[in-house]
Amino acid sequence: MAQSQTTIPVLEEHLPIPAVAEGALSEPRSFVAKPELQAKLGFPGELVPDWEKKAVDKLEELLGKYRGLRVYLDICVKCGACTDKCQFFLGSGDPKNMPAARADLLRSLYRKHFTPGGRLAPDLVGAKPMTEAMLEEWYTYYHQCSQCRRCSLACPYGIDTAEISMAAREIMDCIGRGQKYTNEIIAKALEIGNNLGMKPPVIRNTLEGVEEDVEDDTGVAVKYPLDVEGADIMLVVPSADFFAEPHIEGLIGYGKVFHQAGLSWTLSSYASEAGNFGMFIGSYENMHAISNRIRKAALDLGVKRIVFGECGHAWRVAYSFLNTLAGPWDFLDPRYPVPQHICELTLDLIERGALSLDRSANDERVVTMHDSCNIARASRMGTRPGGQFDIPRAIIRASCNKFYDMHPDTIREKTFCCGGGGGLLTDELIPVRVAGAKPRMQAMKQVMDRHGVNTMVAICAICKSQFTKILPMYGFDSDMIVSLHQLVGNAIQLGAKE
Amino acid sequence: MSTLTVLYAILFYVAALILAGGLAWRVWSWFKTPAPLKVFLSPAPLESTGAACRVMREVVLFESLFKSSKWIWILAALFHASLAFELLVHLRYIMVPYPAPFALVQAFAEIGALGLLAGIAGLWARRLLIDRVRYISGLSDHLMLALLACIATTGLTMRLVAPTDIVGVKAFVLGLFLFDWQPLPGDFFLLAHLFLVACLMIVLPFSKLLHAPGVFFSPSRNQWDDAREHRHLAAWNAAFDAARKP
Ligand code: SF4
Ligand code: SF4
Repeated sequence: MAQSQTTIPVLEEHLPIPAVAEGALSEPRSFVAKPELQAKLGFPGELVPDWEKKAVDKLEELLGKYRGLRVYLDICVKCGACTDKCQFFLGSGDPKNMPAARADLLRSLYRKHFTPGGRLAPDLVGAKPMTEAMLEEWYTYYHQCSQCRRCSLACPYGIDTAEISMAAREIMDCIGRGQKYTNEIIAKALEIGNNLGMKPPVIRNTLEGVEEDVEDDTGVAVKYPLDVEGADIMLVVPSADFFAEPHIEGLIGYGKVFHQAGLSWTLSSYASEAGNFGMFIGSYENMHAISNRIRKAALDLGVKRIVFGECGHAWRVAYSFLNTLAGPWDFLDPRYPVPQHICELTLDLIERGALSLDRSANDERVVTMHDSCNIARASRMGTRPGGQFDIPRAIIRASCNKFYDMHPDTIREKTFCCGGGGGLLTDELIPVRVAGAKPRMQAMKQVMDRHGVNTMVAICAICKSQFTKILPMYGFDSDMIVSLHQLVGNAIQLGAKE
Repeated sequence: MSTLTVLYAILFYVAALILAGGLAWRVWSWFKTPAPLKVFLSPAPLESTGAACRVMREVVLFESLFKSSKWIWILAALFHASLAFELLVHLRYIMVPYPAPFALVQAFAEIGALGLLAGIAGLWARRLLIDRVRYISGLSDHLMLALLACIATTGLTMRLVAPTDIVGVKAFVLGLFLFDWQPLPGDFFLLAHLFLVACLMIVLPFSKLLHAPGVFFSPSRNQWDDAREHRHLAAWNAAFDAARKP
């Protein structure tokens, strides 16, 4: 439905910075969460009486909790360095998608109530009180920010609009205006254990199916164990890995890696989700509750290590926050980092010669890599800064012969969001997602034209889902997007080490 | 003692108090607010020294700006370098004795002021001409540039066109420090220059000029990356641990 409304965007050789087009994306608006759903997350069902004041109170509370929020609201000089960096602006020209303008939507309320300038001369400094119209703009444009932090990279003071949009969403949730898509997923993760609401028998079935397929394919009985007490490693994957394409090919790859390396591992049905949408709505409470399922699962299964599968924001929460949220990890094997990324584990095995990979198995592929924003700018892999870029690339190079990076301004720490991160991966936001994907599509087209690239690797469940949906809208094949461990799984010569 | 001298003396005491008090209040509000989650922008340095260097590179070289926008970087560098240079030039009003090496900068004072004006003009032009920057600019952003431009212009005018009694100015300034008020020369450009400087001092702690101290407190830049090694708890989120089942 939404698909037909969206015209196929034209890609040029270089992505021009669009002219300001006011209101270009003012229409798409994500569905509001119903009262029953809000209640499951501990939020009021609908706008509370006196919500204007409650919003200010909540802002005050958050200002006391997060230094970044306070500093970022204070120090923007409106220099403009961030204005041409956000993919949602680049793809649409809507000025409220320029990071400084997006931040100003909340900043105007902050100025009004928490700065002398805003109290004395509101018009001079753009201070505004909370109104229905302000709430509407917040709801629209804070749900067009994927919290990718590309603006923070550009800003001379590191102002991180992601922090501001998280705070705005937290305020909206607390006055009773939540977003259906994100909150539904959080509710499922809390109730059932994963974002898709797959109950343990369903997961078990799926894994059995995977085992059969892999055995049919390779003749080797690779196991995909679930809830095995006493396993060494607990693997936590985004639940999309259990069934979505191309995600599941990644899951198949993880299993082959563990199998060939002879590692003892298990998945958990209780912590069957790596993702943590609590971060998207800035809710420490929900983020904490979801994270601690992983702690409980690790304790119950008695594992020694925790490894995360391919997912971007999941890895941000895991790498940057999990220790704070759910640590300490004194019950795990101290020789390994907690948590560990599957890419760290795989590359280590490759370097130690524990995997036998045949690159030519991927010879029909000419590969490029989309760095996922959360992994690129909010986490690390390995022991050196930038390992999050080098480690996946090293694995790609070990798994295939033909790899070309996209334009340097569009990869590594300068990467774009896929356009679907941060709670935007919902159908009613398709126009926003198409706009946000444009810079990536343009950079990808460039390497397709120059090097014949036909495959783009991502290590994030959201990126994979987003591109699968959006690639055809730009006239590309949806199966261009693959999991990194799909390449590994293809290249791995099972039996060679047996 | 003329009324003018008394008025200006009081103005500067008030301005200095507001500047110091306002800054202290703002910086304290940042300082006391916890930063309970690791939100460094990666790739980030792994240790505190690296993070300190990263912040210093932002402060001295405007590193991120250089990478993200060469035009703004050139104009901002010109503006801030000229401003720093002019502050150096103005040290002569508060230093006794005035050391000879410092006096060298006096020869270039006009160039500094012109640099300042050129920087302001360039930044202002961007604000007016580029649709994106025009969109995010508020009235206060324009007024701030106007204020700085007027300060530079009145200063330059005294240098080039209407010199003032700088010995008298120095006596007035030192008198303020010693609480022994000396008469302030009554030239128009001097009075305008000083009045505008006092205005700048007063608005600084309540305006975007807070970016100067603020950059030191920016978590995306000043945190180092040891997220997997250490927990990062503030009082409020540490409380969650207690509520947790084992
Ligand atoms: S780059 Fe930073 S200071 Fe400049 S306008 Fe954007 S957020 Fe404000
Ligand atoms: S965090 Fe990303 S999506 Fe949000 S404003 Fe910044 S650049 Fe845009």
